Order: sequence, then C-alpha cells, then structure tokens
Amino acid sequence: MRSKVVLRRLVKNKQTRYGLIGVLLLLILAYVGPFVAPYDWSDKDFMAFMQPPGPDHWWGTTQTGGDVFANTLRGLQKSLVIGFLVALISTGLAALVGAAAGYFGGWVDRILMWGVDLLLVLPSFLIIAILSPRLKGGTWLLFVLLLALFGWMITSRVVRSMTLSLREREYVLAARYMGIPGWRIILRHVLPNLSSLLIIDATLNVSGAIIGETSLSFFGFGVQAPDVSLGTLIADGSGPSTVISYPWLFLFPAGLLVALVLSVNLIGDGLRDALDPGSTS
Amino acid sequence: MGKYLLRRLAINVLLVAIAASLAYLLAASSLNPQVNFKGRNPPVPEATIDKTLDQYNLNPKKPLLERYGTWVSGVVKGDFGQTWEGDSVNEEMGRRVGVSLRLLLIGTILGSGLGVLIGAFAAVRQYKLSDRVIGVSSFVIMAVPVFVMATMLILAATGLNNAAGSKLIEFVGEYSPGLTGWDQFANRLVHLILPTISLCLGQIAFYSRIQRNMMLDVLGQDFVRTAMAKGLRRRTALFRHALRTALIPAATYFAFAFGTLLTGATFTEKIFGWHGMGAWLVDSINQHDVNAVAAVSTFAAACVLVAGFLSDLAVAALDPRVRVS
Amino acid sequence: MSILEVKDLTVTFPGGIEAVRGVNYSVSRGEVLGIVGESGSGKSVTSLAVMGLLPRNAVVSGSVKLHGRELLGMPEDDQIKVRGKTISMIFQDPLSAFTPVYTIGDQIAEAVRIHQKVGKDKAARRAVELLDLVGIPHPGVRAKAFPHEFSGGMRQRAMIAMAIANDPDLLICDEPTTALDVTIQAQVLEVLKTAQRETGAGIVMITHDLGVIAGMADRVLVMYAGKPVEQGPVDELYYRPRMPYTMGLLASIPRIDGEEGPLVPIEGNPPSPAALPPGCPFAPRCPMKIDACDDEEPPLTEIGGGRHVACIRSREIEHKGLTGADVFPVPVIPPNDVVRIPREQRPTVLELNDLIRHYPLMKGAVFKRRVGTVHAVDGISFDIAEGETLALVGESGCGKTTTLQQIMQLEPPQSGRIVVLGKDSGKLGKEDRKALRGDLQIVFQDPMAALDPRMPVGDIVAEPLRAHGRKNVDQRVAELLTLVGLDPSYAERYPQHFSGGQRQRIGIARALALEPKMLVLDEPVSALDVSIQAGVINLLEELKNTLGLSYLFVAHDLAVVRHLADRVAVMYLGRIAEIGTVENVYDRPAHPYTQALLSAIPLPDPEMERTRKRILLEGDLPSPADPPSGCRFRTRCPKFARLSEAERRRCVDEEPSVVRLANAVDHGAACHYAEEIEVITASDDQEEK
Repeated sequence: MRSKVVLRRLVKNKQTRYGLIGVLLLLILAYVGPFVAPYDWSDKDFMAFMQPPGPDHWWGTTQTGGDVFANTLRGLQKSLVIGFLVALISTGLAALVGAAAGYFGGWVDRILMWGVDLLLVLPSFLIIAILSPRLKGGTWLLFVLLLALFGWMITSRVVRSMTLSLREREYVLAARYMGIPGWRIILRHVLPNLSSLLIIDATLNVSGAIIGETSLSFFGFGVQAPDVSLGTLIADGSGPSTVISYPWLFLFPAGLLVALVLSVNLIGDGLRDALDPGSTS
Repeated sequence: MGKYLLRRLAINVLLVAIAASLAYLLAASSLNPQVNFKGRNPPVPEATIDKTLDQYNLNPKKPLLERYGTWVSGVVKGDFGQTWEGDSVNEEMGRRVGVSLRLLLIGTILGSGLGVLIGAFAAVRQYKLSDRVIGVSSFVIMAVPVFVMATMLILAATGLNNAAGSKLIEFVGEYSPGLTGWDQFANRLVHLILPTISLCLGQIAFYSRIQRNMMLDVLGQDFVRTAMAKGLRRRTALFRHALRTALIPAATYFAFAFGTLLTGATFTEKIFGWHGMGAWLVDSINQHDVNAVAAVSTFAAACVLVAGFLSDLAVAALDPRVRVS
Repeated sequence: MSILEVKDLTVTFPGGIEAVRGVNYSVSRGEVLGIVGESGSGKSVTSLAVMGLLPRNAVVSGSVKLHGRELLGMPEDDQIKVRGKTISMIFQDPLSAFTPVYTIGDQIAEAVRIHQKVGKDKAARRAVELLDLVGIPHPGVRAKAFPHEFSGGMRQRAMIAMAIANDPDLLICDEPTTALDVTIQAQVLEVLKTAQRETGAGIVMITHDLGVIAGMADRVLVMYAGKPVEQGPVDELYYRPRMPYTMGLLASIPRIDGEEGPLVPIEGNPPSPAALPPGCPFAPRCPMKIDACDDEEPPLTEIGGGRHVACIRSREIEHKGLTGADVFPVPVIPPNDVVRIPREQRPTVLELNDLIRHYPLMKGAVFKRRVGTVHAVDGISFDIAEGETLALVGESGCGKTTTLQQIMQLEPPQSGRIVVLGKDSGKLGKEDRKALRGDLQIVFQDPMAALDPRMPVGDIVAEPLRAHGRKNVDQRVAELLTLVGLDPSYAERYPQHFSGGQRQRIGIARALALEPKMLVLDEPVSALDVSIQAGVINLLEELKNTLGLSYLFVAHDLAVVRHLADRVAVMYLGRIAEIGTVENVYDRPAHPYTQALLSAIPLPDPEMERTRKRILLEGDLPSPADPPSGCRFRTRCPKFARLSEAERRRCVDEEPSVVRLANAVDHGAACHYAEEIEVITASDDQEEK
C-alpha cells in the first residue's frame, strides 16, 4: 500500500523525526506548560520589574512585572494556532483557485490568474500592514483571515500548472468522456492526485504563516495588546539598548520561534522526500 | 524583441497604476489621520483639524473617490501629495529611495551571487561533509526571521565590541556624524556590515538550496550523461553542462526571492535605524499618513515588477528555448 | 580480434536488486551485435556499465576489456581518454541527450576538442563536416541551431555525428530509433550504416524491436531477467530458435506481411529483479517447463555453430524441430457473426464528413498573438460499418489524435459533420450527449496514465456505471473483470500493483462498462512489450466478435493494424492519403506515401530484410501550420521527383482528393498519379493461399 510505504519512509527519515519531535515538544510546552508555571500570563508581579531568570520567575520578568515564561507560552500558543489555521485556509483556497483555473482554462483561468498576478505585485506584508489599524479592537481571527487571504497565490500557481498537466492525463480524459461534470472531476481526480503537493505546501505554509504573523506583530500590525504573540514579545525585547541590557526578554521568545519554524520546515522537507521521491527541490 | 519589451513595459506600468490605486484606496479607507490630533493639550478644534487635513487631501470626511481623484491628478503630474504635517512626499521619497535601493541592490547581488556559488559547490560535493554543513546551516538560517537575525547580530556585535574594548562594528544609523572624506566613507562601510549580513544571509540560504537541488536534478538528466560519454570528467560535465542549465530555474525564483527581500529590508532599516522606504512605511502607517503609505506602496510595486522583468530577461538570456524571435 | 570483451558482468543496485546477472559477449571490428530484450531485461544497464556511466551507487563486477585493457575499476583520468574516443554511445531520446542551452554545433565541436588538439575554428568546421556526413541539409546554418529547433530525426542524426566525431572503434546504440517514426527510423538506420562504413567500428545495437535487429545485426543476444538466454548468428537465431522464450517472442510479433490467425502470446509477466523465481527465470511462463527447470538456473551453454542457449530442453527442441507455434498454445478466437452480412447492408456506426479542425498558432507569453493556423485535420471523411474495425494510421503530427479527440468530445465540429450511431454531434442536447457517451467509449494508449493511481480498480471500473446511475455496480464490476481475463478479487487493489498488460485490460473493462456499441482504441498496445501485446490484441479481437463491437483503431504500428483491422485509412498532414480494405492497401498500395511507409517497416526476418529495397523518404514532415500547396506530400514524394515538369504542375496546383481506384471495390487514394505496386513480398504461407 502506498500509504504504508509513505509512512515507513517518513518514520525512517531523520529530518521528519526530529521535526515531529520538535513540534510535539513545543505543543506540549505551549499547552501543558501554563499549568506547571507559578504565574499566569496576565499576572503582574509589582515586586519584580526586569528581573533576570531565576527560581521564582523562571525566564525572568518584563518592564511591567509580567512573567516571561508565562507570556512566552501564551505567545507560542497564539503563534501555533494562527500558523495552522492560516496554512489550512490558504492551502485550501490555493487548491480550489489553482485547480479551477487550470482545469477550466479559458476566461476562468485568465480572470483568476490576473487576480493572482495583481495580488503578487504588492507584498502581502504591505497590504496587511495598511489594513492593520482596522484590526485594533477586533478579534485576532480577522488577522488570521487576512494572512490566509494574502498567502495563497504562489501555491495556487503551482497547483494550476500541475492541474494543466493532469488535465491531459488519460484518466481525466476518460472521466470527461464518460460525461462526468468538471467540478466532480476536480474533486475526484485532480485534487486527490495533487494531495502530496498540497500536504507538503500546507506544511511549509504553516512556517510561512508563523513568520508572517510574527513579522507583522513585531511592528504592532498583527496581534494586538493585551493579547501577545511571539512577534509582539520579540518586539518588546529587541531594540539595541533593551536587548543588550535585558537579553532574556528577546532570547526566549526568539528561540522558541526559531525552533518552531525549524521543526515545521523539517517535517515539510521530510514529507517531500517521502511523498515525492522524484523531486529534490 | 524590442516590440515585445515595449508591450511588456506598458503592461507593467498599468499594473503599477492598478496596484498603487488599490494601495491608496485601502490606505485611505483604513487609516485615519484625525487620530494624530486627538488627546492634544489644548485640544485642537475640529474645524482646524478639518482645515489642515483638507489642505493635504487627507480628510476622511470627504468621500473616498473624491480624495482618490485629487490624488490621481497629482500623481499623474508626478506629485505624490503631502504628509499629514504638510511636507512634500516627493522630497521625502527622494531622500529615502537611495537609502533603500542601496540596501536592496547589495542584498540582491550578494545574496543571489554567493547563494548560487555555494549551492553549486554543495551539489558538486554532494553527501560530503561540506555539503552537509552547508545544507544544515542554510536550513537553520531559513528558519530565522530577519528581525530575529538582526537582533542576534546586534547582540553578537556588542559582545565583539566589548571583547575588543572599542567600537569595531557600529550598527546604529547610516554613518556617524562629523566625519569627512575617506573617514566618512570607511565609517559608512562599517555601518553597512550588520544590515548587509542580516539581509543577505536568508537570501544566500534560499538561493544555495535552490541551486543545489536544481543542479542535482539536472545531474540525473540524460545530457549530463551524454557529456560524460563524450569524455568529459564528471566535474567538468557538471560545471559546463549542469550549472548553466540549472541557473534557469534559479533565475525564475529571482522575482519571488525579491519579494521577501523587500519585506526583509523593512526590518533591517527599522532595526538599524536607516531612514529608508521601509522604515517610512512603518512610521507612516503608525501616523496614519495616507499619502506617504501610497507612495511607498507604489515604490514597492514598481520594485517587484522590475524584479519580475529582470527575472524574465535573465531566463531569456539563459534559456534559448524561451527566447522570442 | 575482438574490440570489446565482456565477461560475467553483473550490476547490483542498492537494495540488492540485481539488474544484470552475468553477461558475456564480445564484439569484433565491423561487426554488429544486437541485444534484444523486453523492458527490465537489463539490456540498457549492461551498456551503461560498459561505458562506466552508471550512477555511483551501482555495484559493478566482472570484466569489461577494451582492446585487452580492463575498463572496470579504471581511474577516471584513464576512463575519460576512452569514453567518446574509443567507445561512443548513442542514446534513445535525442532531445534530452543534448544540453538544451548550447547549440548543436558547439556540442559536437566540444566532443572533437576533448580528444583532439585542434583550435576552436577547426573543431567548428569539423562539426559542420560531420553534420553534412550524417545528411543534415545546410549543415553550416543548422550547426548554429539549438537542440529544440531540430526535429527528432535530425537530432538523432546529430547524435550520431557527435558519436563518430573521434572515429571510435565501438559504437553502442541504446534504442536509437525507438522514439522515431518508421520513415524517420529507416533514414536513421541508413545513417548508422553509413557511419559504420566510415569508421569501420563495431556496433552494439540495443533494442526491443526484432525487426530492426533482423536488418542490422550479424549476431544476436537475447536477454531475459538480467541474463542472456540465447546467443547466435542472426539467421540461425531467427529461423531456428532453441530457447522457448526466443521462440515465443518471434511467434508473438504481428507481421506486416500478414499471417492470418490469432497471435501467440506468452502468458504471464517477466519476473521482477527483486523476486526472481528459483531455477530458470522463464520457467513460470514457459509451456515446456518440466520439474527440473525449477532446480537451478540453466547456464548459457555452447551448442555449436557459434550458438549459446540457456535451456535444459534445447537439444530436444533441436531434434524435434519445434517452433513457437508448436510450443505455445494458440488461442481460439470465436468467429464474428456480423461480418457474414455484406458491408453495404450493415448499419453505419460512425461517419465523418469533411471534418476540419484548425488551431490558432500562438506566440508570446503575456499578450498572446496569433501567428498562424495549424491545419491539424483538414477535411477528412470515412465511415465505419457495424462489426468493423477501421484503423487510422499515420506518423506523429498527421492529425490522427486530433481526429479522435474531435469524435470523443461529441461537440459540434469546426466544420464538417460527425455522425455517431446515426446522431449528428452538432445537434445533440446535453442529455442526448451524455446518453450517447455510453455507446461510445475509449481505450487509451498509456496504461500507466489511463488509470487514476489514487483509486482502487473496482472504483475505476465502476466510475462510468456510477456516472450514468446504473444499479448493481459491484456485480457488474466483477463481470467486467472476468470478461477481460482478470480475477474479480483484483477490484480492491490499486493500479500500481498491476503490470502494463493487466492495466490495459482494466482500461478495456472500464470502456466496456456501459456496454458501448463502439470503441475508440488509441494506440492500445504501443506501450506494451511484444510478448504482452499479443495477449491484448487477441482479447480485443475476441471482444469484438463476441460482443459485436465496432472499433476505430488509431495506431502507428502498421503490423498490429494489419492484424486487427478490416479497413485502414492512412493519414498524412491532416488529410487521408489512402483508404481501403487491409488487403488492398497493404498488398497493393497506390499512394506513394503508403508505399514508403510500408517499405520502411522492418520485418523480423533477416533474409527478407537483406533483400528488400526500401523507398526512403527525404527530409521531415512539413509543419502542419504551413502545409505545401496542392498535394501535401509532394515535397517528399519519390514519385513527384520522377514526374515531368508538366505533370508536376498538377501536384503543385491541385490538391488531390480520395478517388476510388479502378477495378477495386474498396480502395481509394488521394494521388493524381496513383499506381498500385507491391512493396512487401508476401510471406510464404500467404503465397500458399
């Protein structure tokens, strides 16, 4: 069975193993950690401002006496949720748009691809940054939606070009000659045969979304206070003078962020090797 | 070919126009310059605010399309309007474009050039220690966002400066004031070190991975085998036949990589205190400065399209199959 | 004195897969050794091992001696002095074998400069000379062209030019003509013969085509499952094969010189190199198998006359004078009832009337603009009567695939008329069209691509049933699988668990699901190995007779067509050149193109190959975007060349249409000067009739 082969290859693959272990550990840390920690992320310890890491505040405290450990885990939770949600939505969107454009061709293709081209002219970072004042006071789910809405274009182009070649595949022609309508062919023949690509891209889109989220939050264009994400925490901890005097503010969230992105990328790369042994890119 | 290029140019101008309009409309509808006057002591009367904002075509009370019309008629004449404080956007842009382009140019050339070289080297030494080291480090570097990278470099440089006991590496601003001639030039170079590294490392990692994978892809192809069957050494066959062919897909990624570079430059400028377009974008969004935001967006769109155009030109130069005769 | 001596060569890939398991052969100067085998028999791996071009993870052992010097384990510094100088190689796919970014001339000049100390100019001049030698017109100009600007045949010529650039002693040709059309294949084989004359080199010719070997080789080596099973002089091996596999192979090939009756298939599939049977690897498929065959693998032993056989019953075969037809069971195919009724009285199932399909030729990436028109199908007409098989033949680019797509789409054509089972495709409503699809189904060429790899076989066969809302799907699927000779329990497996032949049967089962009246067969056997091909051809014939089907059979292999079809239409550049019953067209071809096509096909018969005179065509197929005026074939027509100036005028000015030939009931040709001649000498058993 194919799925067994893939599974065996995945488990045998060192990269994926490290990646899976990494993501699992981070998930446990994010969701179990808060129960073990002595402080809640909303607690303010007015006896300890800017304390370095110690037995009481494991990872030190912030300017306002917040516990860095609790804050960082809270931020990690948010970044994880946003990353996975965005990847799910944007990959789904990319699959539908790309497959429709590729399969139907003609004016459907032209209009969809023109939209993609236009969206690619302006960096998504810039568009979301411009729209960010509207996020203030709103729910972070809106932010997720924005990230997904401006993050699907490249995958959809790949899906489209692969659909173009699948469309001429004889089993698709056979289905068409049986009188099966286009949307059913896309759902039954085209997308299942792109599943390797979609799984790989969805994984890599998770790390892309996390970087996107933290980058925007870094400038205050993303997750809004009082909510925190790894991006806002890193922003609070950086700046030449802060980072030199109080490095723990920066190092812990930044370290977790890098570990998270690295783990997800490792899984994505390993998946590519297991699902798509022909390609090396 | 000339005709084709002209048409391509026309399309690009159209795309920039649409993108800029879109950016303006988004900015004008989501940013509100009135906020800047709130909470002042003494409070600014509403009529004064309206008058000031009307003067700069920034008053959200005016219908969006009317403001857009005014903006367009200015832009067509080459005037991007005024900031909310009444300064000319054009003048500010003139000061900042050079700063950004310098960073972008260095980032592009060093990033793609070194990346391709390192990737090719790794491909030739596939599975050897150097290949593995390059592979792992590029993988790790690609997991580090620019803003983390920049801050880490600052930490490292501070450590180095402390150890040396003097300011070996400076990282705030473009140059230290008060120097002239050669000293100023050398000082500028020193200031360039950290921004360049933080901007380039990611690009180098990206290109080296692509180039390595593409070369290994090409390596298994029939024509490399033919080259070896002719009596070329494996290494020569790789360099003469695989490298050149593998550059084609790398060139198509150029446009994509440039997008990331552009975003990355924003962080570099902001973190290292350079007064470029990226830093301006962040500041003007925070100040609800619609015209400035629209101007930066236009610049970004133009840059992306130029990069796409260059990427196409590079592919056409490298690949005889796509040349338009 | 042999140039190359290969002894006990084995190649093992990672995972313990033994692709080559002990190959021995030698080649002398001026000699042509043919290596035949089906896909996976290890024939190409053998030659790459000789060249030292296998991937680094392959383990090679044994001995390869070139002029007495051991090549295996030679350091790269010495290897590169041999490669391309003493031994050259010609690869199968000439498009991917040239580096796409350098010109053909530069690549040939590079080969010259690697081994000869000459300047750039001189090497470039030598490249032009070489291109001229292999018959490329305007070599000076063409040397500056890139590989993608060459046609397949021209690329293969250039490949040959590159291979002989340093006057090698040995040429290894790996399926050099497999990717080419027959008339181009004939040209390229001719060039190879020229190249051999020029260099006096020995040639190792690797192919699966027994016809090509018959015409080229002096000695033949037959490979099966990574090992040679029979070796000997070409005549001996073809006329008196001593190993059941060779016998079966020769008996399973459909022949263009028409033997009637069902083909003799070899049952089963070649073993996978990862799971070889104990004893003789052919034993599971061999009708002569006895218990002793499973004991140990028979070695290749000499039986005299320069022949070697690996079979424990070869003596017996020799004594009794057995042939493939004696040994392999000949299947019985039930007769067709429909054909007893005269053709005129049978209903017409498909009618094409002056069908035209033109495509715009686009250029440019962003704003596409139209730069011309591709005349893919340019006014063709034919009809198919119930119970009949019409074959549409022609080389790539002739428009046969476009014709087929036009029929299958059931949309109104650009111009002309398509009538399927009495219904005009231009006047169909949505519901009618869907209903008609049930009566008109298709079997595709590539059994790999025709089945969705993500669906179990049962779902694949059930797909048309569900799409048309049929009941009792599971029962019907089981029936269909049985009908095509597969086990109903296969329904739960996925396509990748089946061999090419089995997959093609699954494709046929799917096409039959809705009980169609007519099947379109798009090259249904061209992707299969010969021994498998025979079984599928027999199945198609049987299904036609028992189910009363009519076939439109699109193919480029004229031998298969002769075997399966009742009538044949030959296409050239979007037009029909000749049409008629198979006997008429094959035995008395009247159009010069048909004549050339038939004469280009190699016969698996060394004696006939030696005595045949080929009609070689000049040049390549003109672009369908710019067909010649008047008769489209005139630019390459051997007859046109012989006509007088006045006669030629008519060919240039007036486009010929298909005209029924005098004294023939069902035979027409589109040639102003049509004249029936015999191109293929009838084989012995046909003369007896």
